[in-house]
Amino acid sequence: MKVIKIEKSQWSPGLEKLRGAFRLIGPVKEKTWHDFQELAAGQMPDLAFQNTRLSPKSLVFPQSEIMLDYSLDKKDPDCNIPKMAEKDYSPRAVIGIRPCDAKALALVKMNFDTDEYQDPYWLNLYNATTFVGLACDAPCSTCFCTSTGCGPYHEEGLDVLLAEREDHFVAKVLTDKGARLMDSAGWSTALPDAAVLDQAKSAAEGKIVSKIETDGLAAADTMALHGADFWEDISFACINCGTCTFSCPTCWCFDIQDETYGKKGVRMRNWDSCMFPIFTVHTTGHNPRDTKLARLRQRFMHKLKYFVDKYDKGIMCVGCGRCVRQCPVNIDIRNISKLMNNLASEARCAVQGS
Amino acid sequence: MPVAAQQRPERTRSREEFVQNPYLPYPVRIDDITVESEDRNLKTFKFVFLNPDDEAKFAYRAGQFAELSIAGVGEIPIGIASSPVEKGFIKFTINKAGVVTSHLHNMQVGDIMGVRGPLGNWYPWDLLEGKNVLIVGGGFAFTTLRSSIIYMLDPANRKKFNDINVVYGARSPGMLLYKNELIEWEKRDDINMHITVDGTKDPDWKYNVGFVPPITEQKAPPGDENSYAIVCGPPIMIKFTQPVLEKLGYDHDHIILSLENRMKCGIGMCGRCGIGRELVCKDGPVFTLAQVNRTPKEY
Repeated sequence: MKVIKIEKSQWSPGLEKLRGAFRLIGPVKEKTWHDFQELAAGQMPDLAFQNTRLSPKSLVFPQSEIMLDYSLDKKDPDCNIPKMAEKDYSPRAVIGIRPCDAKALALVKMNFDTDEYQDPYWLNLYNATTFVGLACDAPCSTCFCTSTGCGPYHEEGLDVLLAEREDHFVAKVLTDKGARLMDSAGWSTALPDAAVLDQAKSAAEGKIVSKIETDGLAAADTMALHGADFWEDISFACINCGTCTFSCPTCWCFDIQDETYGKKGVRMRNWDSCMFPIFTVHTTGHNPRDTKLARLRQRFMHKLKYFVDKYDKGIMCVGCGRCVRQCPVNIDIRNISKLMNNLASEARCAVQGS
Repeated sequence: MPVAAQQRPERTRSREEFVQNPYLPYPVRIDDITVESEDRNLKTFKFVFLNPDDEAKFAYRAGQFAELSIAGVGEIPIGIASSPVEKGFIKFTINKAGVVTSHLHNMQVGDIMGVRGPLGNWYPWDLLEGKNVLIVGGGFAFTTLRSSIIYMLDPANRKKFNDINVVYGARSPGMLLYKNELIEWEKRDDINMHITVDGTKDPDWKYNVGFVPPITEQKAPPGDENSYAIVCGPPIMIKFTQPVLEKLGYDHDHIILSLENRMKCGIGMCGRCGIGRELVCKDGPVFTLAQVNRTPKEY
């Protein structure tokens, strides 16, 4: 695919041209933090950020989303019969999503797009969106993407990858969708020496020194990991606040609730969290995951073992570091993965030694 | 997310959009309501599809479940009690327990609601062909077992299976589900019924008295490679039935269970019903004991 040079003088005129065909979404600074928002006329994405505090998963998976609506008015012939809520799936372009967050959406897609069922809400938003990524040349100290099968110049889930330079952007066009966006913006100056991106990629990867150990997880015994002693220790400090699942780009669990207003109602879904006791409680009061240990274990077993076994696509983590930075009691997924990994290799050694 | 003040691009379907919506229930009308138990806490609801085409789309197999969907209240996953060989309606037996089931118990014949499904897997009917089938059920978990029995006893299907034995227990005679059908099955010679109650003061009670596990031990045929046991009931019954079946010679991969967990989506997406890598709603609810032994006990 082509590599194109966008002079900074052409940046905002190009974005303005895009508005004819796309709704634009980009990072915006609010108070101390950046967040992805729809850009108003004339508003430019603020690319002076390391990463947003919350992941951009809400762009395709809103925190609360109306799925169905219905009438409860007995005079209405369709009373009590839900219909699919009207939605706006006009084309959108997300400008400046980080490669880790784009890969996270590609991982989550495996949950919502299956052979048997396709989630129309998630997929229609995803498919309506063109993702223009922004490569990371100055990662956070908590980033560990390179050991999760991702990286600061990772291209999975992106349509265009941008790298920012002093007076220009280098844009690598990755998909037809990306090519159409570049055409719409009128950015077409081919860059003769595309190797510049490869050098920048190596340099950026070299800046990421933090790692997560995952090599033994696939071969580990599920029941041995589930019954390991260390969960007691790790979960001791956990307050089940759900900050990790809320900020995580690869957490997708949701709840479905009905809300009524007079004679109208909606069925909506809301983000949920495996950290909360009511997530799994039965009507009888029985709760299969009735302790915080069981709930914390579920989160990490899902990300680092169940997901690995189910899809054979690595762990359900892209190394964005949000949970590491934001956990109020400093629970660290890298530490947990190391413990799980060590247990796996100890078990193997024991088998070989016997 | 603040909405831009500018003119929006025209709403266009330039891409192929997913319009098949697995969250959208089929509208149904309540056609009949039967009170099943003496405590009136169990009622069987018979539903008829408002759109005849939906019945064909709802093609199901015995052992599957569906989400019963009430606008303004919510949804509840319930095993399908009618059988694929019964046409023109679907049936569910519902214990009054939570928000949705309590609301449902107050609904009337003629009311409109929704059904979403069929969901999950089913008892392994292809595998069971040519085999002896032992059914062990307790309490109101007998619903998908009823569906299975009706399916196996259908004239077109009966010859596909060898011996059929059924152990079914409830607290008292008045708590047994589908009493008329139980009596019919008792009279047949191609199915061996072992009905039991925990206790009764009825002098005319002519069946067994005792909990399901000991009655199973006394009455059920021994297991071998050509025999499978399907077990469905409260956790305490399953717990004490398991060693009995082992003693009778049923291997763990010949013991078939139907699990329950809290569910919302029913299609493997919302994440809450997982037991290890398996989702009870989509990979289950039917598992062999051998499979369950390999997953964390989070059900």
